Amino acid sequence: MATIVQFENVGLRYGPGAETLSDLSFSLDEGAFYFLTGASGAGKTSLLKLLYLAQRPSRGAIRLFDADVVTLPRERLPGFRRRIGVVFQDFRLVPHLSAFDNVALPLRIAGVSDDQLRAPVEEMLHWVGLTDRARAFPATLSGGEQQRVAIARAVIGRPELLVADEPTGNVDQDMATRLITLFEALNKLGTTIVVATHDVDLLGKVAGAQMLRLARGRLVQPESLLRSPSRSVG
Amino acid sequence: MTRPPAQPQPQARPYTPGSLLPQGRITGPMPWVIAIMMFLTVLASAAGIALDHAARTLSADISDRITIQVAEADGDARARAVRRIVTLLGETEGVGNIAIVPEAELSAQLAPWLGSDMKISDIPIPALIDADFSVPQDQRDARIATLDRAVKEINAQARVEAHATYLAPLARLVGAISLLSFGSVALMAIATGAVVVLAARGAHATHRGTIDIMHMLGATDAQVVRLFQQRMMFDALFGAVIGFTGAVVVILAVGRSMAAVASDLVQSVSLPAFAWIFLPMLPLAGVGVAWLSARITLQRALQRSL
Repeated sequence: MATIVQFENVGLRYGPGAETLSDLSFSLDEGAFYFLTGASGAGKTSLLKLLYLAQRPSRGAIRLFDADVVTLPRERLPGFRRRIGVVFQDFRLVPHLSAFDNVALPLRIAGVSDDQLRAPVEEMLHWVGLTDRARAFPATLSGGEQQRVAIARAVIGRPELLVADEPTGNVDQDMATRLITLFEALNKLGTTIVVATHDVDLLGKVAGAQMLRLARGRLVQPESLLRSPSRSVG
Repeated sequence: MTRPPAQPQPQARPYTPGSLLPQGRITGPMPWVIAIMMFLTVLASAAGIALDHAARTLSADISDRITIQVAEADGDARARAVRRIVTLLGETEGVGNIAIVPEAELSAQLAPWLGSDMKISDIPIPALIDADFSVPQDQRDARIATLDRAVKEINAQARVEAHATYLAPLARLVGAISLLSFGSVALMAIATGAVVVLAARGAHATHRGTIDIMHMLGATDAQVVRLFQQRMMFDALFGAVIGFTGAVVVILAVGRSMAAVASDLVQSVSLPAFAWIFLPMLPLAGVGVAWLSARITLQRALQRSL
């Protein structure tokens, strides 16, 4: 299996303090499914930020889609970001756009015409069970509905890498299961999935999923152990 | 991906994409500041053009015009002197368009002070002879001095007055005020740019969240800049049109008032035809300044983020 992400001795420091992430060395296989776990403050969100190119590391090397993204010129980042779907922990929906328009946003940015984006957006909203809320604005949606809009927005562009930060944090178990099923379906189409979660129940729900566990900014599980399919890690 | 079959859609409502920026203006009071700036800019430009036109007209009028004044108290001697001086002028190189100012015209000019029933022959009013005096600039003073000596030989009370001598300071003043007007226009253009820069920074800060989301979804700086730039341009256009319209109303009103004033000097201050082509370009230039300022400001702001 080809490698889609490779970290080598990556460190991340915000300001003058201690490193938030230290000595991260791992690789993610193309088409694999990963859970990223760890206690609050372990650095999960920071690691995801490195993955979805919202942050550059303070040291080390990161290769993404076979390119060195640490030294990648800023103007080339958008092309890489369009290959990555992101579900933010705080959803980050555009407040003055309807659910439909929020989901359509990646397609509009990619230059898809208004006529062409209608069908896929409606299909995606149907998929996450929000067809009847298409015209609703984020402020009128519940937390769970906002999360589903955020997920629909992340996957509508069929990204090669999907990064999700606590995507089931605001939904009930049924919806969490549906969303994970959705991620699995996407994964089977070839998308590499990285899901950061506190929810230990999720970990056993995806056959073949691998786990990355962070503690105090370091990977605490040897990579060899991460390669065990269906390993239940609490 | 295995997806459920699409359900029949109940709608037939056409899809209207939502604006990536909130509806309404994104630049706060900027359009109104631009309206005021444009109002003042158009007025200052109109004043500058009109005064420049007046200064040029004055300069053209005075540069080659002389008047010979014959302040001879004796009417017969004055008449003889006038005839001889006219003859002299006719024989002098560079002199043309010689005209003795009619006594009726002199009476009309003096009427406000001396009364309309005055007879010019009753008082020793100087005779005036107007003429063009076209000589090279560098020879003008010497040739006028020579001519002055020649007319004094005909009559000691006669003297040559170059219009430039007494109108040049006025022309310089009008020209200076004209330059001041154009300077004001330049300052207002800079101020307009500064207002747009502040508005663009404000808009960028206000909508930072949306910009970050767009960036994370793969939007380029050019896409983000285009989005803001269009909206800021429309806001600027709104202000520019309001300001321009107000200024044109004022110009037309002032023009009508000036037309009613019977003064050669005031009449000389008028807008030439090209002004009505130039002035409408100002709002377009203002929008151009806003467009460019917004673009540069936003590009710089965006480059500070990843």
